[in-house]
Amino acid sequence: MKEAKREVVIRFAGDSGDGIQLAGTKFTEASAFAGNDFSTFPDYPAEIRAPAGTIAGVSAFQIRIADHDIHTPGDQPEVLVVMNPAALKKNLLDLAKGGIIIANTYEFTPRNLKKAGFDSNPLEDGSLEGYRVIAVDITSMTREALKDLPLDTRSKDRCKNFFALGICYWMFTRPLEPTINWIRKKFANRPEIAEANVKALKSGYNFADISEIFDARYEIRGATDLEPGEYRVVNGNHSLAMGLIAACEKAGVSLCYCSYPITPASDILHFLASMKNYGVITFQAEDEIAAVCAAIGASYAGSMGVCGTSGPGLALKMEAIGLAVMAELPLIVIDVQRAGPSTGMPTKMEQSDLLQALFGRNGEAPVVVIAPSSPSNAFDIAYKAVEIALRYMVPVIILSDGYLANNAEPWLIPREDTLPDIKVETFEGNGKFYPYIRDEKTLARPRVIPGTPGLEHRIGGLEKEDITGNISYDPLNHEKMVRLRAEKVERVQDIIPPIEVDGEDEGDLLVLGWGSSEGAIIGGVNMVRREGYTVSRAHLNYLNPFPPNLKELLSRFKRVLIPENNRGQLSLLIKGNFNANVVTYSKVQGKPFFRMEIYRKLKELLNEECAG
Amino acid sequence: MKSAQVKWKEYASDQEVRWCPGCGDYAILKAVQQAFADLGLSKEKVVIVSGIGCSSRFPYYMATYGFHTIHGRAPAIATGVKLANPELSVWVITGDGDGLSIGGNHLLHACRRNVDLKVILFNNRIYGLTKGQYSPTSVVGTKSKSSPFGSIDSPINPILFALSAGASFVARSVDIFQKHLKSMLVEAGRHKGLAFIEVYQNCIIFNDGTFSDVTSKEGKRKRVLWLEDDYPLTFDEDDSKALTFDSDLMDLKVTDDKDKALVWNSDGRYDIFAYKLAQIDNPTAFGIFRKICRPTYEELVREQIFALQKRKGGKPTLSELFNSGERWRVLGDGVIKKLVR
Ligand code: SF4
Repeated sequence: MKEAKREVVIRFAGDSGDGIQLAGTKFTEASAFAGNDFSTFPDYPAEIRAPAGTIAGVSAFQIRIADHDIHTPGDQPEVLVVMNPAALKKNLLDLAKGGIIIANTYEFTPRNLKKAGFDSNPLEDGSLEGYRVIAVDITSMTREALKDLPLDTRSKDRCKNFFALGICYWMFTRPLEPTINWIRKKFANRPEIAEANVKALKSGYNFADISEIFDARYEIRGATDLEPGEYRVVNGNHSLAMGLIAACEKAGVSLCYCSYPITPASDILHFLASMKNYGVITFQAEDEIAAVCAAIGASYAGSMGVCGTSGPGLALKMEAIGLAVMAELPLIVIDVQRAGPSTGMPTKMEQSDLLQALFGRNGEAPVVVIAPSSPSNAFDIAYKAVEIALRYMVPVIILSDGYLANNAEPWLIPREDTLPDIKVETFEGNGKFYPYIRDEKTLARPRVIPGTPGLEHRIGGLEKEDITGNISYDPLNHEKMVRLRAEKVERVQDIIPPIEVDGEDEGDLLVLGWGSSEGAIIGGVNMVRREGYTVSRAHLNYLNPFPPNLKELLSRFKRVLIPENNRGQLSLLIKGNFNANVVTYSKVQGKPFFRMEIYRKLKELLNEECAG
Repeated sequence: MKSAQVKWKEYASDQEVRWCPGCGDYAILKAVQQAFADLGLSKEKVVIVSGIGCSSRFPYYMATYGFHTIHGRAPAIATGVKLANPELSVWVITGDGDGLSIGGNHLLHACRRNVDLKVILFNNRIYGLTKGQYSPTSVVGTKSKSSPFGSIDSPINPILFALSAGASFVARSVDIFQKHLKSMLVEAGRHKGLAFIEVYQNCIIFNDGTFSDVTSKEGKRKRVLWLEDDYPLTFDEDDSKALTFDSDLMDLKVTDDKDKALVWNSDGRYDIFAYKLAQIDNPTAFGIFRKICRPTYEELVREQIFALQKRKGGKPTLSELFNSGERWRVLGDGVIKKLVR
């Protein structure tokens, strides 16, 4: 009997050495081929080599699969697969009431229980009442299944993640072929390993099929509301990186990515460092300041200089970003935000660098600030950043975060020939040349590449006289230049899309989000709508400048709810800039919003309205 | 070559030079212009990057491309310039405070990476632009506004720093030794890789005469040791004194026996002596301490790119980028999907 389910959230958890991330990735692919929409989130241990069996060493991977378009990896897992006691201890609190626990009993030894902080075996002492526990000796069964293969026990035990995966494939009716094909390809040079993994996968599947302890089997049909086309998986970091490569190719500039390793942004550096065949230059600088400076130097010399960092690194880069503002050079700084202040919680997300990005420099130093709202959207945002930086000769800060960086979802692969043309000509002119003469429309100064004869000029961090670019301490000129630099950023409005409303165009309540919270907000809004409430939703990707129609949009709603993972930074900007009645919903726990939280907050506000 | 026709005065921009009258910077500016003319550099191919300080105003006075950046960061910015366009001749102008205090880290890394930059460090042993505080090269006991009772910090030795950091060309000269300075700049310009030149520069306002032990008439005659390849290390009146190697002390030693003089070579074979020469001040050595050949950073960066492209059959298209990894196709009503191969 298969029970149809619209969606399910599963979390795999085990020791770092248990191959959890791989199992999760394969489950994801199988789900893609089953036609589901999905969203995933890995949770790596913060410590690199935590002792085996300890809570610090637990690695997890969460996936939500659905028969419809979804936007987050899910609030709470309903199924928890744990390979040892520590994995259970660490993840149990997140499991939904009545959820299923599949536990590898082999590892529930007195020693491991103690390491995880259990006084007695939770699989036996009744403490898991209220959950459905499926206890399976995964390790022994894997060994048994592989007993005829010429491998040592260690190598056999490495296959236990595939045995566990086989169980899950049966439970959720996943196809085995994509994973089997992958294993055969991956271990083409080591057929005995390939054979062992395939066998473990199939054995797990068959075991679940014939064993009576699995009394339920679920089917999640293919999603019918996905746009036709070719898809692949991307996470936020890789999506940004590909957006940069694509945009630079289309803009006709080389990409020079300068970065200093920092969690959770390093992955962008890793990805781009392996893309050298695309002509990408990567430079691992000696520090955060050198990284942004090298990027500025590269932009000055005709490349697109980009650097990636996180909050502490952004703080270090600020003086140099101010130089790029003054010298009016293209520059992109990606801030993959994490929980602060100071070192904070490096692996945890936050949206608390918004004001730093906008105002963290000395002097009046406006830059463009934009934020992707989903892994797929990150590609478009990076692409747009390159266009803005080159066309307006201005620094652009992209605010991603630690959640978006690792969250993965299906991505509708763009067609190369449909990507917008963003070529910006360099200036080669003749006659008398002025480095700070401006384009009438964009106010950008000419982009001149050193090496061009006849256009030799000097720029720098000292205040410039308008047009000539000569050093100037003239008071009125300074004021004029301050205004010009600000207006240039404002004019970026000309090439950004207006903000769109999901739902009614006017009304009592608008939920306004920014950045990575979009998925959770969509989820929460849909939940209240299903209960018959009316609420509208809009999401900001462009934070400086705001979309041109934002003011008018806000004026059409009585109240604006702003959920953000900080203490109300966007709220402050909205209140300061517009006459809006703002309700801030702040969450600063190193975790993104859950759909349920947005839902509850909306209900609270909507019911107030009814009562009032 | 057309570019060879640029006269040294043509390297001067139309901006009025604003260093204090009598400042050593004027002489260095002129030497650089003359060296550029000798090197036959075309103006558009030169980028001068500076940090902050008196000397860092330098780019404004040159008719080349110029970038006056922020305090200490010129080597990092110049590295980016070179990464993006290795064809440019990139010169970094820095000072003792800019290059060895706030920007010490960047200079260190530019040296070890062997980025093809020409770094001219104007050493005046003082902070001039901020009106006279002791600097990281000030000798112990320097009385300045921020050290009224004498500085207590042990000074950094710029030549020793550059040698240790792995600069492939290291030289020293003096603002007023015009001919020598120009020749050092020309040598640096011809060198492929990071060239570091320390120039003793007199700040007439805040630290006048700090180098008089070598720049005074007598000092120059008695104390200056010229490093020239294949010439013996002799100095003082009529080259009456010589440097020799004392194998008991494992050190350089002054001797009156000219026959025992070491014969200098900067190609790395006497690198150990370069470190010793950097540390003695009587005599004080001027000239090239090291000039060795090793691949430049930007060369290696490009080599990796080309090697990978060659191995993978050229630069891939964007479609290849997007289509890497497992893909699947959503068809029509969305229910049926297939693996894309
Ligand atoms: S303060 Fe000293 S270094 Fe600066 S310009 Fe004047 S003399 Fe030259």
